[in-house]
Amino acid sequence: MRGREKLFLLLGIIAAIGLSFASGAFNRYYLGIVIDVGINIILAVSLNLINGHTGQFSLGHAGFMAVGGYVAAKLTLVCGASAWIFLPALLLGGGVAALAGLAVGVPSLRLRGDYLAIVTLGFGEIIRVIFQTSEFFGAATGLTGITRLTTFGWAWGLAAVTVYVVACLVNSTYGRGFIAVHDDEIAASAMGINPVRYKVTAFVIGAFFAGIAGGLYAHHKGVLTPSGFDFIKSIEIVVMVILGGMGRTVGVILAAVILTILPELLRGVAEYRMIIYSLLIIGLMLTRPQGLFTFGKK
Amino acid sequence: MSALLELDKVTITFGGLTAVGELDMKIEQHELVGLIGPNGAGKTTAFNLITGVYQPTSGRISFRGKPTVGVKPHELSLAGISRTFQNIRLFAQMTVFDNVRTAMQGNRAQGISDALLRGRTFRAGEARVDHEVMELLKIFSLDHFRETMSKSLPYGDQRRLEIVRALATQPKLLLLDEPAAGMNPTEKQELMELIRFVKDKFQISVLLVEHDMKVVMGICERINVLDYGKKIAEGTPDEIRANPKVIAAYLGKDFDDA
Ligand SMILES: Nc1ncnc2c1ncn2[C@@H]1O[C@H](COP(=O)(O)OP(=O)(O)O)[C@@H](O)[C@H]1O
Ligand SMILES: [Mg+2]
Repeated sequence: MRGREKLFLLLGIIAAIGLSFASGAFNRYYLGIVIDVGINIILAVSLNLINGHTGQFSLGHAGFMAVGGYVAAKLTLVCGASAWIFLPALLLGGGVAALAGLAVGVPSLRLRGDYLAIVTLGFGEIIRVIFQTSEFFGAATGLTGITRLTTFGWAWGLAAVTVYVVACLVNSTYGRGFIAVHDDEIAASAMGINPVRYKVTAFVIGAFFAGIAGGLYAHHKGVLTPSGFDFIKSIEIVVMVILGGMGRTVGVILAAVILTILPELLRGVAEYRMIIYSLLIIGLMLTRPQGLFTFGKK
Repeated sequence: MSALLELDKVTITFGGLTAVGELDMKIEQHELVGLIGPNGAGKTTAFNLITGVYQPTSGRISFRGKPTVGVKPHELSLAGISRTFQNIRLFAQMTVFDNVRTAMQGNRAQGISDALLRGRTFRAGEARVDHEVMELLKIFSLDHFRETMSKSLPYGDQRRLEIVRALATQPKLLLLDEPAAGMNPTEKQELMELIRFVKDKFQISVLLVEHDMKVVMGICERINVLDYGKKIAEGTPDEIRANPKVIAAYLGKDFDDA
């Protein structure tokens, strides 16, 4: 048990960077998808902290991602792109997204269930509209000419960090508080847990990593358009969390992998994607409400 | 010295209904006090007032000499008031072990940064938590259920687990809301002995709500009787047994087999 988590993190990062050196040998198209998978793991695992573990139904994850993406991209566009500026840019994007998470986390103190979902949905849309109207961020055209700094190593290395942080947080006496808030807020507060604090913490940390994912995404695609961060993007991430079994880290990672690759395989039916997602969720709720990939306890 | 807990003319109304009216009650250090009364008398509501779940419409509550009005439930828990729930409220997605350690937020040394760094402080802290949880589980013979999901425990064990969880907060005052509900007479008797045992071992005060008169009379040092939100009697078990108002409130119910 001792040090197992750190070993996982170290191996994850080394494997990611090591494979990254070999990535020249891979087909560019497949490499692109594999990087997408890494980014989506970050998104799904960080949303899982908010939705799955803490039980705060958030539909605003694409908003946090947008904040991180735009901030990071603007920084490398203005300061010039180099590997040295990339990490600070990602962190700044994550930091600003975390502030946005704080702003959204605060209403979550009062709202629950459907109401919170609606507020976070609205938040995501407001963020999108702000970028869409801001000349500074390229308005409707968005940002173009972003240097493609995101490599396999960055995406998967940071995915390993995200998994490490969320898993380590939750798997501790401190972190059981997130699940307690999810299970029963009244009982949790009777046991000395401040539900407000845990909810806001979940939002801030979740938003931070969504911001990092946004920065990686921006420097992976090379362009950012506001329409890429509409609520459909948020729903995609929510579907990964639900399919993976709310709160199950391994399941959520698997769901992120499958739901990134599947649409690529089914290019022909791309326009039916949302219908397929809806049917997936309905089918899942009816047959396996605990999630597709749930093995053992959390 | 002031009492551990003091209620001074505490009233709460819901719409037109006075669930608790002008309730005066005192609990001293290291005392086992009973709170009895017919269904709907306001016992659970009194618990919710003491633990900060409800705010009184009027009146004052103080814990260790400090007013508790406006203090949040989690702050009161950290200050030393813990409770169980009449309708069991365990953390259903967690194991028995996790249910208990979750309640140790106030006395764990390690926080968010330790959880991430996983260094020596973290491991030592978690090992201590592990040890303390197991000691508590052993008292209630629940240690072999360590990795069982709390919701799959037998009903009686769920109630006992709630007591263990409440004790894990290291309370000075423990409120037990019908902890023996649904148990058979032998189980009830065992539970009452355990309650007296933990009260002595941890030097705490206990406020006990229990329907079974025989049980309450056998274990409590002092008893408060509520009826329609009002306190109608207070005294030792013998005084309560002989009190005509109490007998009237429980009309038709024989104390000896109620
Ligand atoms: N939140 C609430 N809203 C309205 N009425 C309530 C509420 N909580 C308790 N009551 C009422 O207060 C009275 C006392 O209830 P309760 O304290 O649960 O009784 P007891 O625990 O003694 O059986 C009941 O009439 C109950 O319906
Ligand atoms: Mg009751």
